[in-house]
Parts: sequence; structure tokens; C-alpha cells
Amino acid sequence: MINFLEPNRIFAITSKAPKYVLFLFVIVLSIGLTEALFLSPEDYKQSHSVRIMYVHVPSAWISLGIFSIIAFLSILSFIFKNKNLPLISKSLAPSGFVFNIIALVTGAIWGKPTWGTWWAWDARITSMLILALFYSMYLLSWKIFKNDEKATKISSIIAILGVINVPIIKFSVDWWSTLHQSSSIKILSTTTIHTSMLIPLAIMTAAFTLFSILIFLMKYNTELIKIKNKGLDRL
Amino acid sequence: MYGKKVKLRILFLFLLLASLILIVYLILKSLEENVVYFISPSEIKKLTEINSDKIRIGGMVKNKSIIIKSNKINFIITDFKSEINVSYSGSVPNLFAEGKGVVAEGYLKDKNYFNAVKILAKHDENYMPPEIKEALGGE
Repeated sequence: MINFLEPNRIFAITSKAPKYVLFLFVIVLSIGLTEALFLSPEDYKQSHSVRIMYVHVPSAWISLGIFSIIAFLSILSFIFKNKNLPLISKSLAPSGFVFNIIALVTGAIWGKPTWGTWWAWDARITSMLILALFYSMYLLSWKIFKNDEKATKISSIIAILGVINVPIIKFSVDWWSTLHQSSSIKILSTTTIHTSMLIPLAIMTAAFTLFSILIFLMKYNTELIKIKNKGLDRL
Repeated sequence: MYGKKVKLRILFLFLLLASLILIVYLILKSLEENVVYFISPSEIKKLTEINSDKIRIGGMVKNKSIIIKSNKINFIITDFKSEINVSYSGSVPNLFAEGKGVVAEGYLKDKNYFNAVKILAKHDENYMPPEIKEALGGE
């Protein structure tokens, strides 16, 4: 499949792009943080705790998004036995895992002053914890199995099994009664978050996405170097 | 077109995902009682027997229902169909207020009285600055 992407051409991109992405990330993050921490208004009910949301929500979105991409690539690589896609998945996983943990931790920090508890075993929070467990299993499977072919197989199966959890996370707040509030940003009906709060949320999402791309490019570059060192000239 | 092996792998993945979805669906369906974080006052009214297990009830704190007596606090949880009286002693979260979402954890005395041991405030999905809330006619 992805044969038109020559490894050398990919390598040329992954070795040069990170510094530009880093530059862009720093700019977008500074705008995002200024908006989120200083310029955006406080909430009518939770006052300044609303600012935690600007880190919590983008982190949760990105961890879900990255896991979905990993699962999709794993399905493709499992079917077509592509050798490049597992490397892309492997390089995406660390930032997805980190954002998953950030979402859980910032959620707890927000939960204490708002709900009155750090943790609740409700459907949304528990399914997010399960996602973190799947991320850990995925990352561990690459560490445990030294044989690349075996690691590829087992990690893609883990990602494919774990993807069932993604719609459960998304719809948990609609299917069951949960302590976690339902989504404020809706595709089919009116969004229940004021524009002045939506702007910092969007900028922070862009910043975190750039960060994920940055980490991905660096990881992927390392993977390509490893392959070069093995003396293989094609993936 | 694709080779036979590719088709077999597609079939394998399809069967794997289909069986997995069914298994997860059946598990979640049979555990529904435990997956929900709280039940509503209407569901309490429908109970046939009252057992002594710890449960959670969620809904809105009824307007003008909070009565504070020394260290005891009484209020009514409503889902706009049924109501239940809750008594509690201890501290409540900052966002606990009349007309706002609440989840009470504790034990049922009967279908109308609930002894809470923990109160959690439930936040809704509305985010807006205070000025907008005032403009909309909020308190």
C-alpha cells in the first residue's frame, strides 16, 4: 500500500519537521494559555475552576482520537501486512497515553472542588481508566516482545480490542446516569458553552494536537533510524 | 483484487469485532444496575422492596427545600416527577445549591426518606460567564 512513500523521503520530513512544529506549538500554546488563564471569563457557577477544563477536555479528545487512529492503522496493517503502519501507531501511542493520564488527573483536580470528590466509579471515568489500561498494554506489548513481527501482531490486536471502548467512553454520559456531565459541544443541537470559553478551548486543542504531532515525528524518526541501522533500505 | 489471505483476515477481524461488540453489549446490559452511578426518585418509588444496601440518588435540589438545623441539613431531591426527602450531617460541596444537580449517597429509610452519608454536587454541561447568566435571568 503506502509504497509511494519512500522511506528516505519520509525520513527527510521527520528529521526536519520537528523544529518547525515545535516553533508553531510554542506560539499556539502561549496564545492558548493566555486566553485560557487570563483573558477568558470565569464561569457563573464554578468560577475559576473552569480553567482546568481548557486542559482537561483537549487532553481527553486527543487521547481518544489517537487511540482511534492507532486502532484504524492496526486494522489496516493486520489485513494488508504493512510494515510501516505499525511504526506509525507505535510512535503515536506515547502522546496519547500521556494525554489520557493528564485528562484523568486534571479531572480529579476539577472534581474535588466541584463535585466534592476526587474520584467516582461512574461510567465515563471508569471507561477512561480502561482506555489508560489499554494504552499501557499497547505500549508494554512493544517492550515485552523483542521479535518485531510478534510485537506488531499482539499490539494491533490490543488496539483493535480496545477500540470497542472508544464509543463507550463517548456515549457513556448519554447511555447511563453518570456524575460526569454530558458533552457541551454537540453536533446535532446547540452547543452549551459560551463562545468566550469555546475560543480558548479550541486554541488549546490546536496546541495539544501540535504537541502530539511533535512527539509523533520525533518517535517516528527514531524508529526510522533504527531500521536504517539494521541495514534495511525498505520498510 | 486482494488475495485469499487478505479476505480471510478481513473476515477474521469482522468476526472478532462482531463477537466482541455482542459480548460487551450483553455484559453492560446485564450489569446496567451497577453501571448507572445513581438512580432517580421515580425509580425509588417503583422499588418493590427496600434493602439496606448503600445506594446513590440523583436529581435536582428542590427550590426552597433546604433546611439547616445546627449540623443537620434536610432537603428534597426531585426529578420533577417524584421527590424524596434527604437528611444529612456533614459538609456539602461548594456547588451544592437549590435548583442545582445533586447526587446523595446513603441508605433508604423508606420510599420517602433517605439518610445520606455523602453529598456530591453534579455539574451540568452549561458553561458561561456570570454576565451572560444574569442577562438570561438567572440568580
